[in-house]
Amino acid sequence: MAGQARGKVTVDVEECKGCGLCVECCPPKCLELEPELNAYGAHPAHYTGQCCTGCGICFYCCPEPGAITVYRLKAKPKAAAPVEEVEHAAAL
Amino acid sequence: MANERGVSVVDPEVKVIVESEAKAVTKPETNPDINPQDTGDYEAIHSKSPLFYDLYERKSELKHQTHYCPGCGHGVVHKLIAEALQDLGVQDKTIFVSPVGCSVFAYYYFDVGNVQVAHGRAPASATGIKRSCPDKMVISYQGDGDLAAIGTAEIVHAANRGEKITVFFVNNGIYGMTGGQLAPTTLVGMKSTTSPWGRRPSNEGFPLHMAELLATLEAPAYIERVALSDSKNIMKARRAIRKALEIQRNGGGFSFVEILSPCPTIWGKDPVEARRWVLEKMTPTFPLNVFRDHQPEMPSGSKAEKVPPQHSVAEVLGITPLGITPKTGGTDASKPKHAHRFKDVKIKIAGFGGQGVLLLGQLLIEMGMREGLEVSWLPSYGPEMRSGSAHCHVCLSKERIGTPLISHPDVLVAMNEYSLKKFAHEVVSGGVILYNGASLPAGFSAPEVQVVAIPASEIADKLGSTKVTNIVLMGALLEETECLAPGTALSVLEDKVKKLDLLEIDRKALTAGRLFIDEQAHIGAVSQPDGFA
Repeated sequence: MAGQARGKVTVDVEECKGCGLCVECCPPKCLELEPELNAYGAHPAHYTGQCCTGCGICFYCCPEPGAITVYRLKAKPKAAAPVEEVEHAAAL
Repeated sequence: MANERGVSVVDPEVKVIVESEAKAVTKPETNPDINPQDTGDYEAIHSKSPLFYDLYERKSELKHQTHYCPGCGHGVVHKLIAEALQDLGVQDKTIFVSPVGCSVFAYYYFDVGNVQVAHGRAPASATGIKRSCPDKMVISYQGDGDLAAIGTAEIVHAANRGEKITVFFVNNGIYGMTGGQLAPTTLVGMKSTTSPWGRRPSNEGFPLHMAELLATLEAPAYIERVALSDSKNIMKARRAIRKALEIQRNGGGFSFVEILSPCPTIWGKDPVEARRWVLEKMTPTFPLNVFRDHQPEMPSGSKAEKVPPQHSVAEVLGITPLGITPKTGGTDASKPKHAHRFKDVKIKIAGFGGQGVLLLGQLLIEMGMREGLEVSWLPSYGPEMRSGSAHCHVCLSKERIGTPLISHPDVLVAMNEYSLKKFAHEVVSGGVILYNGASLPAGFSAPEVQVVAIPASEIADKLGSTKVTNIVLMGALLEETECLAPGTALSVLEDKVKKLDLLEIDRKALTAGRLFIDEQAHIGAVSQPDGFA
């Protein structure tokens, strides 16, 4: 994929309990669990940094209110097609 | 589906976030790998709902996390509810009723009005809240042990009444908080600490299908079952939760969403496996479906729907800002003219149920109140509505009454022979007994007490209704003891008796009772020493 990914994900390491549901449900498989433990002894999830489409599925699969924040690339002012329909967001 | 509520400008100082580029688990502000420019190109589309508190003050530690186990379904349901409430713009008018169970601490998370109620009683409490605050959004959030076991009655009746509340029923087929006991929703064959060989229908019955059960009722407006089994079904749950809340916001009826939810800890599965298990094992028993989606037709304008007149408690009691203004009836009896020549009068009225024993007592205390006396009324009766023995204690006093219980009455109104024999010995010396009968029973004697036999039932029959026997006796009582004014009696009867023809008979009965005593006194038939009056 050339240029920036359409989306990105941040994970609050203090809130993540390492259940792995976001890793499992992520359609482009761009989340993984950290090998290191966080302060509470869980392996928090993190974004690999590639291929996120900003579909938001991980946000809805995550049981913690604020562990995951999903971002989407801002639409360019003169972009022909705004990033509304994303390939993995059919379920949304 | 873009979520419009996302912030458009992300604060680069946003707290404790590990950026994708971070290779180590550290906070972003300390990570040199973070490229703040990155955030500038992106806008947050899904982030923590402002309906949640920033920090959860339940304990001194773990303030960033909910108390739920990793992979628990409650958190997802919380998020979906929070998102829907926020999108509907009703955060400030939402009252969340937390149950007993794992979700008992929901009030630590939701920044809305919160109540936590007794086990299973959330729909009952929600009913009261919604009825007293009809413009509020009232949410009952319950688990399966709470809703389908101890709270079965509450949920069924709240649904049957069509209470305009929303109930979220999180069903994981087990008691989670208490350690995995069998719930009504536990699947057949599923092991629990109280069904260690698996649930056997022959012993523990079949799983209870609450959504289907409630869908047999007429009143609910919306019933759906969803599952947190995978992302597709979670989005269906999102829609169902939103719809249920929308129905309430729009003033619709009872809405109920059953959410099949994983319990990885008690099921002994990892979170991913537990979600799969919801789909593979739970949905065959609990099929996902919309069981009800239409506003119930409530009969309106018919006699059954007639709304009773609504008065405030203050209005009914005649309470003004300055104090209580007792009702005085329609006549010019605003100030009682009657002189009460007593400190207090204790009256016991006894008979069989259906003779108007208790009612006679109530009429007397109503009269006493209108004449400015302190009064008390203590009934004693059996479970029968008719027949059986009944009696009541009536105190009329110029001073505050210590006890409504009367051991030694000044006056006994005995409406049958049994009552006469049972209570006559209690009457104080110099007291009065009014007996409903043409003559005293053979062998009856009550020395030092004035006993008057009044054929009240016969008089009442002649007037046209046996029902007014008690009024005849009331007339006699008033005439004999002069404790209350006959005018007050009339005004009370006018207020209490709604049927005009019966009121006419009551008036005659009152007069007949008084005249009977007058005649007795005139012909000197009272043989016993004059005691009370």
